[in-house]
Amino acid sequence: MLEIRLHGRGGQGAVTAGELLAKTAGKEGKWSQSFPKFGVERRGAPVQSYCRIDSERIRIHQELYEPDLVVVMDASLIGAVDVAAGLKKGGKIIVNTKAEPGSLGLEGDFSVYTVDATSVALDKLGRPIVNTAMLGAFVKVTGAVGLEGLLEEVKEHFGEKLGEKNVEAVKACYEQVKE
Amino acid sequence: MKKTIEGSFAVAEVVRDCSPDVVACFPITPSTHIAEELDKMYANGEIKSYTAVESEFSAISMIVGASAAGARAFTTTDSQGLALMHEVIFAASGMRLPMVIVNANRSLSAPLSIWNDHQDSVSERDSGWIQLYCKNNQEVVDTVPQAFKISEDTNIPVMVCMDGFYLTHLVEQIDVPQRDMISGYLPPRKALYKLDPENPITMGMYALPATYQGFRIDLHEDVIASAKNIKEEMEAWAKVSGRSYGNGLWEEIGLSDAEVVFIGMGSVMENAELAIEKMRKDGKKAGILRIRCYRPFPSEAVKALAGKKAVVFEKALSMGADAPLYSELCTCAKEAGVDCELSSIIGGLGGKDVTVADIEAMLSEAEAGVVKKVWGD
Repeated sequence: MLEIRLHGRGGQGAVTAGELLAKTAGKEGKWSQSFPKFGVERRGAPVQSYCRIDSERIRIHQELYEPDLVVVMDASLIGAVDVAAGLKKGGKIIVNTKAEPGSLGLEGDFSVYTVDATSVALDKLGRPIVNTAMLGAFVKVTGAVGLEGLLEEVKEHFGEKLGEKNVEAVKACYEQVKE
Repeated sequence: MKKTIEGSFAVAEVVRDCSPDVVACFPITPSTHIAEELDKMYANGEIKSYTAVESEFSAISMIVGASAAGARAFTTTDSQGLALMHEVIFAASGMRLPMVIVNANRSLSAPLSIWNDHQDSVSERDSGWIQLYCKNNQEVVDTVPQAFKISEDTNIPVMVCMDGFYLTHLVEQIDVPQRDMISGYLPPRKALYKLDPENPITMGMYALPATYQGFRIDLHEDVIASAKNIKEEMEAWAKVSGRSYGNGLWEEIGLSDAEVVFIGMGSVMENAELAIEKMRKDGKKAGILRIRCYRPFPSEAVKALAGKKAVVFEKALSMGADAPLYSELCTCAKEAGVDCELSSIIGGLGGKDVTVADIEAMLSEAEAGVVKKVWGD
């Protein structure tokens, strides 16, 4: 089973990102779960959401403590929140930042990737909502779900006009992510 | 067909396809997406009625009136909302009015909490309602049509309990039963009695000491007798949907050769399935007794516990007394002459996470000797 934790700030779309991943996995015939860390969400406050993907029905009903993959939608969370907490050996962490992966102070038995998703979101959507952009980078780095499926899900979720812009954001970060 | 959907939305879909005549909800905290989605369905012309009332007290009062007039009636709530309904909950069952509540189990104040436990619905156990606790969202959507059928056949209201957050907020693959499947199973309601201006009757009338007790005992006996309907409807639904959950009253997993058993209700029981599978791989004979139907209490379930050690785990407590499920199982075991060693563990209150590892640890403790404790700080 693949376990994914998404960190963001309220309003960045971390919960929607988890849902888009779970729905894409479902379309691909896999079993999945997504759910928010059970809390009271406020705009700007640190939030987390989770996603699990497996080849069989997922029966576990508990929070996610040892992720394989972590997405950080706002680099200012690093330090405020232990974004690498419980990250499995050989895991991957993808951060939204202009900075280089080596300069983030994230060290451990895992790989760090970065992508400037905020610039992409401002360019493609005109708003700093980075969830779909980050999923583009996530798919490229992890292959947890396929790009085609994700694009289809994004179109369906956001509708024709907004969907097209989000598809562009996904594709741009898919290309731009670096290790 | 299986689709990826949030638990709450799936519940709204199945309620819609049970064709309710009247739905009334208070859609503000602590409500879930169930009410919000049903409201949207009404706006889109997908259900006959939906009223956003000013409180949960009004929500249940409205469906009491609707059910009295012969309608198929539904509401949904959680925690404080259920507590606010308390007075009318007793009136609904006392008047023998069929209706269904989906209760998203969440903690009661104070302290203020929005997270999951079972204190809200367990506090309504003596109200004369049937209570069914589900282990996953698939079971919830399979239980709602059964709940309407059982309620309308027995004239006893039914509460379907699903864990707040753990199930309501979980997006996963669910095979939501469709209208054509449900309509073949659940016929339109035929009310035995109803309020009708052409043929006036009185409901919920005044009962003098000579008759009151008789009404209450009749209800009590009918709730006990409803166990038969609950079992039959599980069988009938299995024929229609291909899915079933134990015998409708309880579910046993690996119980026959188990030496140590985990007993409980709700979504934590799927964590327990994972825990016992792991323990069995390590050579430990562990099993599960899941109480699905808490009212009527399935006292016969204790027979399978003979000679075994068991943890009775509950996300509820009775202040100043033993935990409710534990007390009842102890009584049933004693009355049935079943010799078993029951441990009582209370935990998961106010959303405290109860993990697969926790369950393994609880079972190990109970195996070493009887414990009575609170899990976690």
